[in-house]
Amino acid sequence: MTTPLATARSDLILFGAFTLAVLTMPIWLVPLGAGYPDLMQKFAIYGLFAIGFNILFGLTGYLSFGHAAFLGVGSYTAVWSFKLLGMNPVPALLLAILLSGLFAWVIGFVSLRRTGIYFSILTLAFAQMCYNLAYSVLTPITNGETGLRVLNSDPRALDHLTGQGVVDGPLVSNIFGLEMNGLPGFYFCAVWLLIGMYVSIRIFRSPFGLMLRAIKTNQTRLNYTGISTRPYALTAFVISGMYAGLAGALLCVTDPLAGAERMQWTASGEVVLMTILGGAGTLLGPVIGAGLIKYSENIFSAFHEQTLHDIFGFLPDGVEGVVVSVAGLFVGEGWHLTLGLLFMVIVIFLPGGLTSGVRQLVQMARRSSGGSGRSGGDAGTAPQAAE
Amino acid sequence: MGILQVQNVNKSFGGLKALNNVNLDITEGTVHAVIGPNGAGKSTLLNVCVGRLVPDTGAVLFNGRPLTGRSPHEINQMGVARVFQTPEIFADLSLLENVVIPTLAVRDGSFTVNAWGRVDNQAEIRDRAEAILESVGLAEKRHHHSGNLSRGDKRRLELAMCLVQEPKLVLLDEPTAGMSRADTNATIDLLARMQEEHGVTKIIIEHDMHVVFSLADRVTVMAQGTPIVEGTPNEIKGDPRVQEAYLGGAHL
Repeated sequence: MTTPLATARSDLILFGAFTLAVLTMPIWLVPLGAGYPDLMQKFAIYGLFAIGFNILFGLTGYLSFGHAAFLGVGSYTAVWSFKLLGMNPVPALLLAILLSGLFAWVIGFVSLRRTGIYFSILTLAFAQMCYNLAYSVLTPITNGETGLRVLNSDPRALDHLTGQGVVDGPLVSNIFGLEMNGLPGFYFCAVWLLIGMYVSIRIFRSPFGLMLRAIKTNQTRLNYTGISTRPYALTAFVISGMYAGLAGALLCVTDPLAGAERMQWTASGEVVLMTILGGAGTLLGPVIGAGLIKYSENIFSAFHEQTLHDIFGFLPDGVEGVVVSVAGLFVGEGWHLTLGLLFMVIVIFLPGGLTSGVRQLVQMARRSSGGSGRSGGDAGTAPQAAE
Repeated sequence: MGILQVQNVNKSFGGLKALNNVNLDITEGTVHAVIGPNGAGKSTLLNVCVGRLVPDTGAVLFNGRPLTGRSPHEINQMGVARVFQTPEIFADLSLLENVVIPTLAVRDGSFTVNAWGRVDNQAEIRDRAEAILESVGLAEKRHHHSGNLSRGDKRRLELAMCLVQEPKLVLLDEPTAGMSRADTNATIDLLARMQEEHGVTKIIIEHDMHVVFSLADRVTVMAQGTPIVEGTPNEIKGDPRVQEAYLGGAHL
């Protein structure tokens, strides 16, 4: 059993294919019923969140249960940037990356003194602390339960400076007049997703990434090899915190409202699910996982009793009633039940996530198609591309 | 003055005195074996040398610089490499990556963020890594998962990982523990060849007399936390105190 080598060329092909897939999303998602901008923005933003999380969890194996805190910090920073500086998203994003990175450094510095389950618990505790602070003592900054939004009376210094200070109707983030909602909003997020993906590929293939993978497989050996492991893990933690902050800021770029529920532990858990579902430690897995979860959330939570009656209408009356009432538990509000089942199935039958499932299918297909598939470099690059 | 000096080291675990006033002087370029029955304090001594344990009193000097109180990665950066009793390798990575990591550690130090360059573009690192795999006979497996190797091959890989750093001192903790006779002999051959080619000072902790007498230039016998005899393998063989320590007074 050999591990195929990822060459600069195969990575370029992977990135090219990814770029093409992302940019054409408004076309190929239409038949799937997901071709509308709001949902595609979510795909891009949560994909970015998961890519960042994967740099920590997928490479170093440190399972953080508090990444939603950085998502929240990014969101609040972005809205404050809107309020004080103006509706241009670029300063908002940069400030969000900076501040969430700083937050991650502090939390990581403390949490990384422990490994394994204790590290996870520490990050969880920090995130819940942030969440509760946002609801209570930090209300002047976070606006508590109501959530932080941009008001017409806010300073927005840059907007007033450029004569865009007075706006009729709701305030929307915009770059020189191009409003960041709808399709332009999606493409704005998509560009950041592509940048995030490219950086992630570079990190995966770099000496730094190799050290992070070494941390995951044998930290003792790494220490006795002359490597100080903690600064490496902390750097990975800060980078993934920055990704989360960027994602949080993008959420506010497309909809300038920040609420504390974004920091709740369920949000931290969601990114863990996305990464594991898609395949932790793979390049594409987290994005696929994020897309799948947001897609099924959208599909299943939109179902209601009437649609179920339509689907099961062919059944005899008595049976239909029973089937609909059982199926009703899994849709609408109860779609988390479906998510839970999906997650269980994946973890039990495909411990490596969806990408490893695809790889196994490819290998099986190759084996059944006979010896021809065993030749050539192509056979080597295919599984790597899935990575 | 030797390359490694252990000076009046004491170490207790609770009421148990694991090391009792140990003094040791290792001459540069030699293979020095430390033997003794179970519980003699051999592994504790090794752990004190590599920074895993801090001695209660006393000091360990490496080329005149104290090792005591330093962390394992600092000690490694000074030129001390360690081979574990059960091979410690990066089991999820390929053999080549396993050897590239220590090579990078020598070039870049204990912490450098190089997140942009590609590992496979670092020609000089790759060449060194491939050369060392070649010399331990694992070159054709370089893209395999190292977790799938046999125990003997894992040991070879671990040795390669140490030697690629060109250390001044290698500490080996029972390098043939749990190995078959064939693997043991292969490891002895490898270590003997390494000694000819690289001539690195080695401290070997060992149970197996066959290994000790095949490799060591000097032998220290420990019992109950104290070195009792030191000499060449031939001197040790006939010493009644050694038999006493090993066999509790029974004579062969």
